[in-house]
Amino acid sequence: MNESLHKVGRSEIRVDGYDKVTGRTKYYEDRMPPEALYVRIKHAEKAHAIVKAVDKSRAEAIPGVVKVLSCFDVPDLPFPTAGHPWSMDPGHQDVADRHLLNRHVRYWGDDVAVVIAENEVAANQGVRALTVEYEELPFVLDAQKAMEPGAPQLHERFPNNILKHTDYRRGDYRAAIREPGLVKVEGWYETPTVQHAHIENHGCFAWMENGRITVVSSTQIPHIIRRVVGQALGRPWADIQIVKPYIGGGFGNKQDALYEPLCAWCCTQVGGRPVRIDCAREETFVSNRVRHAIRFHIVTWLRPDATIAARKVELWSNQGAYASHGHSIAAKAVNSFPQHYPCENMEGDAWTVYTNRPAAGAMRGYGMPQASFADEANIEDCARAMGMDPVEFRRLNVMPQGFHDAFSGNTNYYDSFRQCMDRGAQLIDYARKREEYSHESGNIRRGIGVATFWYNTAVYPISLETSSNRMLLNLDGSVTMQCGETEIGQGADTAYAQMAAEAIGLASYRDVHVVSCQDTDITPTGLGAYASRQTYVAGFSIRQTAGLLKEKILKYAQALTRQSPEVMDIADGKIVRKVDGAVLMSLKELAMTAQYDPVHSEHITAESTYTIRNNAYSFGCTFAEVEVDIQMCKAQVKRIVNVHDCGSLINPALAEAQVHGGQSMAIGFGLSEQLLFDEKTGRPLNNNLLDYKLSTFMDHPRLEADFIENPEPTSPFGTKALGEPPACSGAPAIRNAILQATGVAVDKLPINPHTLFAEFTKAGLIHDPWREEV
Amino acid sequence: MSQYKIVHFNLNGKDVEKVVDVRASLTDMLRNDFRLTSVKKGCEVGECGACNVLIDGEAFNSCIYLAVWAEGKQIRTLEGLTGPNGELSDIQQAFLDETAIQCGFCTPGFIMTAVEILEAGKLYSDEELRKLLSGHLCRCTGYENILRAVKKTMYRRLGLPIDF
Repeated sequence: MNESLHKVGRSEIRVDGYDKVTGRTKYYEDRMPPEALYVRIKHAEKAHAIVKAVDKSRAEAIPGVVKVLSCFDVPDLPFPTAGHPWSMDPGHQDVADRHLLNRHVRYWGDDVAVVIAENEVAANQGVRALTVEYEELPFVLDAQKAMEPGAPQLHERFPNNILKHTDYRRGDYRAAIREPGLVKVEGWYETPTVQHAHIENHGCFAWMENGRITVVSSTQIPHIIRRVVGQALGRPWADIQIVKPYIGGGFGNKQDALYEPLCAWCCTQVGGRPVRIDCAREETFVSNRVRHAIRFHIVTWLRPDATIAARKVELWSNQGAYASHGHSIAAKAVNSFPQHYPCENMEGDAWTVYTNRPAAGAMRGYGMPQASFADEANIEDCARAMGMDPVEFRRLNVMPQGFHDAFSGNTNYYDSFRQCMDRGAQLIDYARKREEYSHESGNIRRGIGVATFWYNTAVYPISLETSSNRMLLNLDGSVTMQCGETEIGQGADTAYAQMAAEAIGLASYRDVHVVSCQDTDITPTGLGAYASRQTYVAGFSIRQTAGLLKEKILKYAQALTRQSPEVMDIADGKIVRKVDGAVLMSLKELAMTAQYDPVHSEHITAESTYTIRNNAYSFGCTFAEVEVDIQMCKAQVKRIVNVHDCGSLINPALAEAQVHGGQSMAIGFGLSEQLLFDEKTGRPLNNNLLDYKLSTFMDHPRLEADFIENPEPTSPFGTKALGEPPACSGAPAIRNAILQATGVAVDKLPINPHTLFAEFTKAGLIHDPWREEV
Repeated sequence: MSQYKIVHFNLNGKDVEKVVDVRASLTDMLRNDFRLTSVKKGCEVGECGACNVLIDGEAFNSCIYLAVWAEGKQIRTLEGLTGPNGELSDIQQAFLDETAIQCGFCTPGFIMTAVEILEAGKLYSDEELRKLLSGHLCRCTGYENILRAVKKTMYRRLGLPIDF
């Protein structure tokens, strides 16, 4: 095909762009029935306690309050919330450890009661008027402390608060470390609790119609939410209809059942009238999900030739109060190590531990930003210990071309890591700057650092990977398409339209009308936005369904053109003869004839499901250049360059924009973001956008992104993960740049002035007069 | 004081009046009484900028501005920027062209601040633009393409060559 006819690989304008720049796009709250009753939640103001009683009387007396419900009123149906495909194997099903409202409250912000009222003011007044009597219990906020004997216990079924422990042993670590001449590089690395902070808070509303419950929700995963709501309410899953409108960002927080089950249940408690739950920003920070804080202990043994003889990784993942995505995150993190820097002798151990913090779930990168920080900090220290350039050390040890992982079936088909590093080094002028900054002194110091990552594209073989698609030929020759994969801001719908136009042979991606709103009553089943999987998995079902649609179109065309389907094709929205390119008829003519033919009328549609049994490595790196003000204990990113091999790009402009967003999140993770808790009470201290330091417009340099487009052989469109990868390697690259600038290795995020003050004092770079007097 | 009050103001070029709860925010009035749903709620305490509108040409977080204070003011929302036949203004077109939109939730607020910046008719440096736009939070874009959209439009309006 002529290059100009390709619909993929082009920076097309977003299909939802016009509505978004005119403010017409409807998010859940914009579709709210005006009569919806307000549900407001009474959150626990104890980190760990048993609710003895809830006095509703004062709340019930408030005019406008319709009903007050407490943890003593909810059904005893524990349910899981993780946005995972349901597993038919009970041993692999998500942990069901939550009730709609909880008598045993396990974190400050847990859900105790609700007030349902005619207006928001009455609902809020009602919540304030509730009196909750608690029996206080001791609490624990740290994962390792929660495992100690005698620590407060959160869930009866999980002794020592250990949700799960997994390990691996490759080769013989103990024997390997006895090899003479080895250099040991050991470190403890720590990442904080952070939050997604999408600008649209989570919210939803529900009503009943003909005995069924409909929930419109700001979610990434409508089909999974349907199942969870069914489980939580003890109703058949098909009794539930979930509608997903446009959403204002998700980043994994909305890859969980948040308040949909509670909203649906409240609806049933007021006779099916519409009810709404709208999280305030303060609730989003604490009572939704957060990213797991993970502590790592890594020991690497290096041979004199700088190869890795043995490596041990231990990690403790702070799960918070409820299982949510649970151990999947820690498992992904610990299992990334043997593939990133393969070595024959490795030990890995991961514990996921309940604590009295907000429940941790999926967040962009799913354990990999944490693993990448620890891994790349340790590897940097290894390079330093060997006196080697960090890029050279990585070139020597990072996953080689041809590497194959037997479990996932992934193969490193190209030498992507080295290609990405070469491109990045060239873009940022690495070698020259590394040299220039090699002897920084004085108050203002500069440094340059690198970090790499790999990322799985989908969840096969750990979970089901399936994608369904439906296409309908419209009377004007355009195609309406429904996908189970969701648009959450990343531009997925535009990529689908481009892939479908390419696969069918339409004139433009604009001839594909993607039904953006998923409705579980009518949308083919799909699992939703997570795991950076959507473009990859949708590619299979789009290609397959387009093939079926094309087959039907050409078969119908056979009667009209008297040509065999084998000699025909669809190109540029027309039926053409392959050999001579003759245009036989337009798709519009064909569609009109097919619909209105008095003898043989046909509504041409196609639908199919593709079960994906592949996965794909996505790769990349970040180069960061920083300037550190020693006295002010402040690090600033001056340049940041990401290079990704995410296969062939479907839409380069959208891909670049994805990288920018991930870099921004990585800068926040590296330098400023952290959700703080009062050690004495467990109360969250900064659950608002003023005190939680999200990167602002002023905290970034220009964000630079580039790509190595090695086509992914398993994908029908040559594509693989990009959604989460840009969030992975930024923080360690910044850490490593600060190390070059100052000689100080900071192993705890965020690297904010508080952290740097302590580190610089310890290193003798600054003098703390107050400390000496003590 | 009565709980309700009539407020008269000019909304997107049209004189209007409305009976409002004196406790209501401007956000509530614009969204609920006028169905101007481009005005978004991200925090309701003036931190995120999603509810930003122009009041007498100046950008304000409408969530911390009482509806009754709108009396006699000229208020503009993103809906007022689009032409009667759906024509996009230059800054809206630039947001589209520069891929400055992702989830779209912060977009209306950003565009209205951009309007204020552009109507000043000045040439700002990148640093100045960053500061002027810093009242808005975005979690999707890293702000990069937003800066480019605003800067290009500023250059076009000032008749300057776009060489960046």
